[in-house]
Amino acid sequence: MSTVVHRDLADELRLIGSYDAEACMNCGVCTAVCPLEIALLPRRLFRYVELGLADRVRDESETVFSCLLCRACEESCPAEVHITENVRVLRHWLLEGSH
Amino acid sequence: MPLPTRDVIGILTDNLRLRGSVLPIPARRATRWARELDLPRGGETVLYTGMMYQLIPYIERLVRLEQRLGDSPLARFSGVARRVNRFVNGAALIARPSAGERAEYDRVPTNVAKLLQQAGVEFGYLYEDDLYSGALAHDLGADAVVATHAQRVARSFREHGVKEVITIDPHTTTMLRTVYPTLVDDYDVRVRSYLEVLAERAVPAQTQLSGTVVLHDSCVYARYENVVSEPRDLLATTGLTVVEPTHAGKLTWCCGGPAEALYPDKAAAVASRRVEQLGAAAHDCVTMCPICLVNLRKSAGETVRFRDISEYLVEAGGDHAKRSQI
Repeated sequence: MSTVVHRDLADELRLIGSYDAEACMNCGVCTAVCPLEIALLPRRLFRYVELGLADRVRDESETVFSCLLCRACEESCPAEVHITENVRVLRHWLLEGSH
Repeated sequence: MPLPTRDVIGILTDNLRLRGSVLPIPARRATRWARELDLPRGGETVLYTGMMYQLIPYIERLVRLEQRLGDSPLARFSGVARRVNRFVNGAALIARPSAGERAEYDRVPTNVAKLLQQAGVEFGYLYEDDLYSGALAHDLGADAVVATHAQRVARSFREHGVKEVITIDPHTTTMLRTVYPTLVDDYDVRVRSYLEVLAERAVPAQTQLSGTVVLHDSCVYARYENVVSEPRDLLATTGLTVVEPTHAGKLTWCCGGPAEALYPDKAAAVASRRVEQLGAAAHDCVTMCPICLVNLRKSAGETVRFRDISEYLVEAGGDHAKRSQI
């Protein structure tokens, strides 16, 4: 199975808004405190972006739009990533569909 | 099955772009709560509802319909519905809550206006220019539509000479206070929640209430706007015993409501878990956000009683006509 890498994906998101997921240390605190218990959100999703795996992000559209934006994850994030704003930027990117 | 996300979001954002609200309702409905208060029109300081509490019964009707449609073959025609909605305000035709349902949520802005008057705050109201803030569209990432709408709201503030806004709910508070300054040039409006205004005035309660309540913090108030101590300070004056649930203050647990527009079943699952946490602390729960109130109330049934904080504050403020047993 081949994977198309969209190398400029993270840069594209940074043009939309304040996207800072590259600071994520992949520690998993966000996943542990998520009220929706979504394993994907947000760290694996952010990794897909950093790796340019646009199709994986698109496939997880429902997960991205399920996020409550409640900031429970952000309150506990040791890297102080603005997780909810990153999710909002991803929503914008998915809605625009210009990719 | 949820309806196709793109079509639901498209209808909501089309409504905001074309009609000024994600769920457009007639101005006479949105302003009905103020009818007997004789509030002055406009002024430097205004009470701003953002229509949030007034919209809740309409949203509830639509969500119920959305759940029924999602399970039917009609779900395939959501794209057609979006195209029709551009010409006909479908939501206004479909969502028709009863007078009783409307009165339940209209009571909150009335309560807040009375509390501010009792505290000696002078304020006006913008009536039909008290517009929805765009909160849901912003959360969904529809940035261009929200930016245009924010300009419309800011223009209305300028035309009315508004310098200070007192908000009623957390979502409107964070939009007007934190998001709008990033979208509107020269936006110079002081925005405070009525909870902050009342806490600052520290008006003593006229009546001491009895009973035990558990406080449910709004995620947006606590984590976005740092409004944590104010509701506690205000409830402390009422005589009520306030207990904290598992997950309180900045570590509060979401009510699930933000997922309801797109994924009602996921919203219900989160609400159910929060109701358990709250019910373990007390039978009566105080909320401070319309989304939390309706979502938790719906999940709880009769197991936990949910009421807005303004109901308790009005009762303690001496409005005996509104008193009820805690």
